[in-house]
Amino acid sequence: MKFVGDRYLRKEDPRLLTGRGQYVGDIGLPGMLHAALVRSPHAHARIVRVDGARAREHPGVVDVVSFLDLGSAGRPFPIVPPHPDLRGHNFSMLADGRARFVGEVVAVVVADSRYTAEDARELVDVEYEPLPSAQTLAPGAPAVHDDVPDNLAGRVTLARGDVEAALRAAPRVVQIKLGIGRGGGQPMETRGLVADWNAALGQLTVWASSQVPHQIRQFIGDLLDLPPHQVRVVAPDVGGGFGAKLIVYPEDVLIPFLARRLARPVRWLEDRLEHMLAATQEREQEHDVTVGFDPTGRILALRDRFVHDTGAYTPRGLVVPLLTASMLTGPYRIPAVLSSFESRYTHRVPVTPYRGAGQPQAVFVIERVLDLVARETGRERAEVRLANLVQPGDMPWDVGLPNYRASGNVILDSGDFPSVLRRALESAGYDALRAEAAAARAQGRLVGVGLACYVELTGVGPFEAGRVRVDARGRIAVFTGATTQGQSLETTFAQVAADELGLTPDDVSVIAGDTGGIEHGIGSFASRAAVVGGSAVALAARELRAKALVLAARVLGVAETELQQTGAVFADRRRLERRVTFAELARAAAGATAALGVEPGLESTRFFQPADMTYSSGAHVARVEIDPLSARVTVTGYWISHDSGRLINPMVVEGQIQGGVALGIGSALLEEIVYDQDGQLLAGSYMDYLLPTATDVPSMDIDHLETLSPLNPLGIKGVGESGALPVPAVLASAIDDALGARGGRVTRMPLGLARLLALLPPPDAGSP
Amino acid sequence: MHAVRLTVNGAERQARVMPRLLLADLLREEFGLTGTHLGCEHGACGACTVLVDGEPVRSCLLFAVQANGCRVDTVEGLAGADGALHPLQEAFRARHALQCGFCTPGMLMTLTAYLREHSSPTESDIREILSGNLCRCTGYQNIVQAGLNAAAALRAAGAPR
Amino acid sequence: MRPAPFEYFAPRAVDEALELLARHGTDAKPLAGGQSLVPMMNMRLARPAVLVDLNRVAALAAVRAEPGSLRLGALLRQSALERDARIAAAAPLLAEAAPLIGHLQTRARGTVGGSLAHADPAAELPACMLALDAVFHLRSARAGRTCRAADFFRGLLATALESDELLVEIEIPALAMERTGQAIAEVARRHGDFALVGACAVLGLDAAGICRHAALVFFGTGDVPHVSRAAAALVGERPTPARFGEAGRAAAAELEPRADLHATAEYRRRVAAGLGTQALGRAATRAGAAA
Repeated sequence: MKFVGDRYLRKEDPRLLTGRGQYVGDIGLPGMLHAALVRSPHAHARIVRVDGARAREHPGVVDVVSFLDLGSAGRPFPIVPPHPDLRGHNFSMLADGRARFVGEVVAVVVADSRYTAEDARELVDVEYEPLPSAQTLAPGAPAVHDDVPDNLAGRVTLARGDVEAALRAAPRVVQIKLGIGRGGGQPMETRGLVADWNAALGQLTVWASSQVPHQIRQFIGDLLDLPPHQVRVVAPDVGGGFGAKLIVYPEDVLIPFLARRLARPVRWLEDRLEHMLAATQEREQEHDVTVGFDPTGRILALRDRFVHDTGAYTPRGLVVPLLTASMLTGPYRIPAVLSSFESRYTHRVPVTPYRGAGQPQAVFVIERVLDLVARETGRERAEVRLANLVQPGDMPWDVGLPNYRASGNVILDSGDFPSVLRRALESAGYDALRAEAAAARAQGRLVGVGLACYVELTGVGPFEAGRVRVDARGRIAVFTGATTQGQSLETTFAQVAADELGLTPDDVSVIAGDTGGIEHGIGSFASRAAVVGGSAVALAARELRAKALVLAARVLGVAETELQQTGAVFADRRRLERRVTFAELARAAAGATAALGVEPGLESTRFFQPADMTYSSGAHVARVEIDPLSARVTVTGYWISHDSGRLINPMVVEGQIQGGVALGIGSALLEEIVYDQDGQLLAGSYMDYLLPTATDVPSMDIDHLETLSPLNPLGIKGVGESGALPVPAVLASAIDDALGARGGRVTRMPLGLARLLALLPPPDAGSP
Repeated sequence: MHAVRLTVNGAERQARVMPRLLLADLLREEFGLTGTHLGCEHGACGACTVLVDGEPVRSCLLFAVQANGCRVDTVEGLAGADGALHPLQEAFRARHALQCGFCTPGMLMTLTAYLREHSSPTESDIREILSGNLCRCTGYQNIVQAGLNAAAALRAAGAPR
Repeated sequence: MRPAPFEYFAPRAVDEALELLARHGTDAKPLAGGQSLVPMMNMRLARPAVLVDLNRVAALAAVRAEPGSLRLGALLRQSALERDARIAAAAPLLAEAAPLIGHLQTRARGTVGGSLAHADPAAELPACMLALDAVFHLRSARAGRTCRAADFFRGLLATALESDELLVEIEIPALAMERTGQAIAEVARRHGDFALVGACAVLGLDAAGICRHAALVFFGTGDVPHVSRAAAALVGERPTPARFGEAGRAAAAELEPRADLHATAEYRRRVAAGLGTQALGRAATRAGAAA
């Protein structure tokens, strides 16, 4: 492999560095109108009446639309994926008579400018009848959906072995309650769409800042009754996703609806306050954990019952709590496990995956349990982990719990978990770090070292397609249904295709996220783009080269074995002057090819359908110092050892991990979505929802171990979410260590300063 | 409506604007310079940073009318007329200091202004002056290193641009 | 988010600005750095019908260092506090506070006067001016007057400014003492954020090292900065760490801190005590107090 594995500099950079990126907000079309959304100020209310008359009279306003204008397009959106135990509900394009969270879209104003639309928005008269709202996960809260009076969206139990018996038999049993609060992906670019209906062509073109353009096309087709060939959805340059752009939102169909209704292009750009209010969130769960173990620290039984806040709708069904439940045991061998949850509706923003997708919660739980077991048995924390880790000889390891898709059990396919942990410890100089921290603590400083291990579920199906085409000028285009919001697919997929084709990445253009370029696609989430999309591209490119060889052999009149490829040229190895280029082969394939024994077109489309998820793994070590006065935590050192199989581009992988860790630091120490008792968002802007800055994130040391995945042709595993998964756990571990024997224990994330202050050891007499 | 005349990336531009038109909107919508991005519209994320009379400012917090008579520099003006990348842009590319690219113009303009006045920053200095520019993708490490590398390149070249 | 419509004026002289404010009354708001006002306008939380842009009034941005006082024009950029050697010499507290105010971009536009007139309870400059016994010069089309900093900050985001008045100049008297020291200490969630709690200290010692002047002001702790009474106990005594510890604790005990999303009242009180002690200690060191 020449380019796979190379730290190839990015093809995206020249345009992005010079301000020539094209994000959805940069797209303007002649005659384009601008939309502003009217959102419910109530967490729960009956929408009695929407009156757009005053708004319509405002100069520059073209239309005001509410639910009654939608007709048959006002159906609830499908739920993806469904689940037999789910009592699911999804939103419709506009709220149908009832608002179920603050920020739910109730009406839309379309005008000749953004400024005018916002002015007119204030003139839309909506009469609400506020109703009591469910703001807790406790039973007895007001019903979010009339047909689910107990607010139980789903209740699932996953089990391996007999956990009750194992707990009874265990020499030691301890219980702990753990909690995680809500947060959001918060990409730097908010959401947005431009939609254009060309009546002459009968063609709807939509540019969407989305992770799932093919799904948007599907939903548009369904709700607006348009066949796929009349709808093209393009994800242009997208400024980050992290899950916030993962689902099909009401606006993703509403804006196209407006474009067709008004026969004019319409643009909607979400503003940051709207994003804080209405973009999906995740993480909130309350866990009640009981663990049985022996005096050596081996875990014999683990029972976790948790409640999951799913918000007002379930566009992604039970995916998030299923991921938490099924991934609970992480990289550890636990003979008896029971993981059960209740997913409850609340009158809040819907919960769908954001970077990590339920797994950070699972990692937090199991890693807190391991630290607890270490403390209870007096064994060292790394030793306890090593004693419980799945060994390389055990692979593939059947965890014994069904995976979140219920397509089988969670099977850890590849990895060397003890090695990855040992490498992280070595890279950090763990023993020396601990000794230094202990010495600092003896002098009154609150310095601590923590560690955490994880496995990450990656490469989910059902499939991706890759399409590779050579045109008559010899240009190579690679189309993929995977999408990029910063994951560098234009470069990494070019590296993959280049290796298969015998060319260089500069010879290949990658077009991602355009339904016009490739008919079938799923999108980017769950760390699947490179695994599934990259594999599909590899297969397609491989097939294309095979076809080119067949063609070249026929054209040159030699056997394939006599051919030699140098760059874009195929030559007869014995008479090098007899040669043909990719371009010439493409031209040959554009005509009658029956005599050549192949179908026309120098093009190949292949699907990759992974047989199962493939699992990355890693270990993080962190050092923190806590200021005894303010309780502020500074992360002063961070070491990572990580295994995501073969790395297409180590530079890109490291960047993904660094970004994931930064997000993890935010979710552990800074970011918290807070609602008041009426469902009003208190952390509603960047004054209050605090993202980590350059002074909050340390430099990190990253070590790679590559154990190839057996589940795809490239041997790769996903990495997009890896960095984020163990961060709350490793910081909790380090903070506990810093607090010492007399300090409290971290059982909740995020850690606000007041909570942390309460955990500080009592001051010695005489200290400030 | 107010008439405004300003210099943008060295070129004289004019427009008639309503008072409430944000400078960011003037640049993006009127002048087609969409490299300056709006991430939060309330002065917290730094993505909209441009230079006004050489100072890094948040263009979402300035009205276009206020820029009348001013010299404005945006990311589109960083590269040379021949297309040669500014040392900062080169450094960003070499160090993979951008992923989605949305915060990047703001990062570049903030660093451009800072490195003109401070030729030998430490890592800690760079982290501090970038604390008003949010990035969700990179974790900052590569951006900071690129800033340091660019400072070194500018020192070697003798004078900041 | 985009602001509601407004009429805009950009006067070039103070009198012109004052006349505009007088004419438009409560419909008008002055625009200085805009770092506090414009976000609120973008979010439509503030909707002035008239904006009087002060940024073209060059006369408002002057710095005058005189033997007995330092005079700062209200439109002086916060970044000037970090750069101007005269300010570093005459009021080092301001030079030390400046890098804590927001970020590079904020300070490039934000002004000294703007911060004072806005009076955010967690802002650094109001507390600094209280600690420095600053006197503010206010003007309207009707008249001019002075107002001591101690009388200026009235309540949450409320000052002594009438709706037609502008803060035009800040006068910082020199502390007539042999040895002086100033310090600011704060705790914020992230670098550049508004302070959760902060403390400013100004100390003056005589030739024998006895404290003759002590000011300790907290910010972020209530609707307005708190000028502590406990600092008075330091006057007439030799500064020691133990005395500073006591003063910090006593000053913090005077507080009835507010609770919000980021910190509880108890947190603020506890941290105030520690920061007060720190600020006093550093001020003493700078005043050349014996260790």
